[in-house]
Amino acid sequence: MKVLVTVKEVAQVEDEFEIADREIAAQSLDYDLNEWDDYAIEEGVGMVEDGVADEVVSVTVGPERSEETIRMALAKGVDRAIRVWDDSLEAAELLDPSAKAKILEAVVEDEAPDLVLTGVQADDDAFGATGVTLAERIGFQWAAVVNDLDLDADADVAHVHRELEGGVDEVTDVELPAVLTIQTGINEPRYASLRGIRQAQRKELDVRGLDDLGLDGSIADGPLTLTEMYEPETESDATIWEGDAGETAGNLAEYLRDRGVIDA
Amino acid sequence: MSVLAVAEHRNGELRDVSFELLTAGRELADAAGADLHVAVISGDAEAFAEELNREGVDAIHAVTYGDEFNHDVYVQAIEALAADLDPTFLLAPNSVNGLDYAPAIAESLDLPLVTDVIDLAYDDGLVATREMYGSKVETTIEVDGDRAAVTVRPTEWPPAEGLGDAEIGVVDVAIDESAIGSTITGFEEAAEGDVNLEDAEFIVSIGRGIEEEENLELIEELCEVTGATMGSSRPIVDNDWLPDNRQVGQSGAVVTPDVYIAIGISGAVQHVAGMKGSDTIIAINTDPNAPIFDIADYGIVGDLFEVVPALIEEFE
Repeated sequence: MKVLVTVKEVAQVEDEFEIADREIAAQSLDYDLNEWDDYAIEEGVGMVEDGVADEVVSVTVGPERSEETIRMALAKGVDRAIRVWDDSLEAAELLDPSAKAKILEAVVEDEAPDLVLTGVQADDDAFGATGVTLAERIGFQWAAVVNDLDLDADADVAHVHRELEGGVDEVTDVELPAVLTIQTGINEPRYASLRGIRQAQRKELDVRGLDDLGLDGSIADGPLTLTEMYEPETESDATIWEGDAGETAGNLAEYLRDRGVIDA
Repeated sequence: MSVLAVAEHRNGELRDVSFELLTAGRELADAAGADLHVAVISGDAEAFAEELNREGVDAIHAVTYGDEFNHDVYVQAIEALAADLDPTFLLAPNSVNGLDYAPAIAESLDLPLVTDVIDLAYDDGLVATREMYGSKVETTIEVDGDRAAVTVRPTEWPPAEGLGDAEIGVVDVAIDESAIGSTITGFEEAAEGDVNLEDAEFIVSIGRGIEEEENLELIEELCEVTGATMGSSRPIVDNDWLPDNRQVGQSGAVVTPDVYIAIGISGAVQHVAGMKGSDTIIAINTDPNAPIFDIADYGIVGDLFEVVPALIEEFE
């Protein structure tokens, strides 16, 4: 059993930022491993540790900077990693789920995993669609928003819970091979140990261009064009209590007493 | 030209987003000069079709196969309907189930896909508005080509009302059962335990701003001196700092207290979905641009580690 975990380096935006040419200025961006992918990594690494899977491989689509992120996956126990990049991808403002899935499809063809784990969504563009799009492309079964996973490799089935709205789980059996999109909270992602970080430096990180995957730059010319990016108009009509902590706390306490929710 | 909107139901009831989809679908159909078709798949599809017959709907197609949602059935049913109706735009809810079939159907029908859309316009082509970076920015996306699949964020459009005069048809789709690769075996509700947020009249909720687990003591103390019930946003529960039954939001409890105080919670859409029905919302956050202030009635822009101790002092 081989597990492929897709990971993404995502940009987080500081409280204060400026937008120019449909991009957020670089000094306001911090890069990190996508939160959902952290849980997917933990799930995959746990399968190898539990003897359910033989190997867990990570793939990312990203520039050289994102090697920091994929090294993080290696440090947490992923066996080896693949980074795909191309100048044409650098130039694209927006990669739609289908383009991402085409790239990942080529990696799946090379790697032939039995199980692909993705995060439910990426924290930055939040399409939430790449995993299921990939499943459709590669002819795997799938389940979206999985918050509990029990793999029965002998029976080729994944017993999963899908987290529906309102605190209800759907309990589903999914035939393998499958793509599962992993929800936060499914496990407790580990921190990379110093030993893990050292070992990660020696693990294989294979960098591939689109050519190597039998693809070309036209993949970046998707059907979606980002035409505007702006800060939403604040809809706030909240009364803001001004002053230092003591004054604002006093205002709030007075309100709560007037409102009658507190007797004290 | 036509718009095909796919309704959503669970446990014998249409979900609210289904009626919101009708509004979004009608607006788009008007802008593009199209008819609005609605598909309702599985469950008591015929009864659902009657309910979905609201003003502005031109035709409803009820596919009577299976009970609860299964993505393979949905994909096959929509493929069959699309072969017949040739829809220009496919609309689905941006829900957990919507995201379990819409990407697959978009890929199989070769439709560009835009998810979690909060506004739609048509100007010789589809223009969709969606958020990025956790609601910090909005973007507009133009779709090249004539067709598209779109998932629509719940609660962004008002529900369609009024009795319509849609043509309702029962569609017999031949579902290939050998192509169904997942089987739903049941449903489980998260344990309620001793906390009942739904009935609470005064809730103090804590989010990422608390930074460390041990800092939760501060919020516990506030709840103790004020008699508030403690809730939280998702990250706190994901970290196992509080049990599942404390979570307010789309995947947790939907609450409607008299007063809801959100402390260190940015106001992501998933959290807001669970507490926007509160009578009065008070936000405490360091970031004056945090989306939580958009729905708050009162706010304090400040550091919770200063404001909360001062507040505790007020009631001691």
